[in-house]
Amino acid sequence: MPDDIHAGTVRPLGQRFLSWQLLLVALPVGCFLAALVFGRYGASPYEVFKVIFGKLTGQQAAWSPTLETVVFNIRLPRICAAMLIGGGLSVSGASFQGVFRNPLVSPFILGVATGAGFGAALAILLSGDTLVIQATAFFFGMLAVFLSYGLTRMYKTSSILVMALSGVIVGSFFSALISLIKYVADPYDKLPVIVFWLMGSLATISSKEVIVLLLPMAIGIGTIFSLRWKINVLSMGEEEARSLGLEATWLRLILVMAATLVTASAVAVSGVIGWVGLVIPHLARMICGPDYRRLIPLSMSLGACYLLLIDTLARNLASGEVPLGILTATVGAPFFALILKKGSLGWS
Amino acid sequence: MILEVQEAGFAYQDTDKTVFEQVNIRVQAGEILCILGPNGVGKTSLLKCISGLLQPTRGRILCKGSDLAKMRRSQVARIIAHVPQLHNPVFAYSVFETVLMGRTPYLGYFSFPAPKDQRIAREAIESLGIGHLADKAYTEISGGERQLVLFARVLAQEPELIVLDEPTSHLDYGNQLKILSLIHHLSRRGTAVIMTSHNPDHAFMVADKVGIMFDGNIDGFGAPQTIITEKALQTMYGIRVKLIDDQSFGKVCIPELNKSGECFTDE
Repeated sequence: MPDDIHAGTVRPLGQRFLSWQLLLVALPVGCFLAALVFGRYGASPYEVFKVIFGKLTGQQAAWSPTLETVVFNIRLPRICAAMLIGGGLSVSGASFQGVFRNPLVSPFILGVATGAGFGAALAILLSGDTLVIQATAFFFGMLAVFLSYGLTRMYKTSSILVMALSGVIVGSFFSALISLIKYVADPYDKLPVIVFWLMGSLATISSKEVIVLLLPMAIGIGTIFSLRWKINVLSMGEEEARSLGLEATWLRLILVMAATLVTASAVAVSGVIGWVGLVIPHLARMICGPDYRRLIPLSMSLGACYLLLIDTLARNLASGEVPLGILTATVGAPFFALILKKGSLGWS
Repeated sequence: MILEVQEAGFAYQDTDKTVFEQVNIRVQAGEILCILGPNGVGKTSLLKCISGLLQPTRGRILCKGSDLAKMRRSQVARIIAHVPQLHNPVFAYSVFETVLMGRTPYLGYFSFPAPKDQRIAREAIESLGIGHLADKAYTEISGGERQLVLFARVLAQEPELIVLDEPTSHLDYGNQLKILSLIHHLSRRGTAVIMTSHNPDHAFMVADKVGIMFDGNIDGFGAPQTIITEKALQTMYGIRVKLIDDQSFGKVCIPELNKSGECFTDE
């Protein structure tokens, strides 16, 4: 991040600037290392890092193969997925909030979650293979967005309200379809799987899923990252953005698509994890202000840490797994209530 | 010729309601054009057409010789700056960030404001004497200050034509005059200005040419003294107004009132 972002302001922001850069890099790295150590399989931090360091430098295996499996096949993919999904959902939430000029918008606004949820439920009912579930969830998540968008176009308007309402319409349609699938699913075999998937979990993540996740995430987040100054201008309103030289309609479409790609691919892997994409951008906005040049990197960093923290809790809190969606909501909702009360969210 | 409006007409597509039919405007560097007209006559729509935000349904608008409708938004925004009526942004950007947005037309597709853009924005803020506001949130300053911030953003945009929709509305008397002298100052630097106003006195004060928009048309532009007559004001606003010619100041409008203080309407 270049220093000159603050060069125009009269008051030197050196102190604040340092603290936010520190947050940006140190926090995720710290969380990553800490999360590697925590787990059901009791191993000391020293042992864990010895395995990682040894593996990286190609040493002879002088450690237990079980620990290697735990670290490389279970913890590492899961940690990577949690950070990618947490960061991705937060970035996509932040950009949806800017594009729709509404700070209460979440990444699921256009019906992505319910669309993808239906896709996954359908795939679980018919096949059950992980990759098939992911692909179908992704497909229906995107389909839901295209339907919402198409509906908006059908009304010959690009109004943000109509677009959000179209999302609600498409969302309730797919949620009815989800109920239908639950109703017909085998209550002893398929139904629990569907219900658990909808609650969101990272318990079954392997490195294969992380690799599948990586490409769409990179494309979506990269697009948002490189357009983040323009989100500022876009959030002033479509007409004003156009008078400031942006092809606003196109830009908005590109950003919505990018954010949807991120959300849909996250949902396809992890199920529905709510609240992250709503709460984290607000938290970031409280720390660094509304400028998307800072907001997007900070949202990404905080979101990655937050979901990693929650997921580490999920796998350590009880003897069984606690579904992620439940944890993010029970932590996120009171937290959101708290920051709402403080009234310093950086929007009016 | 910076801008030329040729026989432009505009109708809203969904209602088919014609807003204006045949408007002709020509504006050169350093000229201030003021458009007067009653409420709801279509002044805002006309300004939006001029800024390329709306497409005229007939006629055409030429911006430095090329068709406005065929130009890219960033090209237009380097020549024409549109100052909207006062508004509330959703997010509390600082004054500096708001002004910096004026540099957007000069940025490439994926690029960010460079140190040079930051410098231009800072100079724009300082030149309007609002340097002390730079770090304040745009949402927390007064209406007059906001208007100044929007002007600073226009300065940062470095346009050749500024389109102002009622720049003095919602401002107190002092701020109105400050904004008018700012407009005057900008035009002396060679920037053309097209503005709308509800106050004929403002047209007398700053405008080089005035046009009256009425019944969907502007009959023609001319010097304020020839266009703004008592008769024209009466037709436009439906009340009787006297024009006082002051030796040192120029013309001023005074509403005619009867003994109980009511104005004379046309009825």
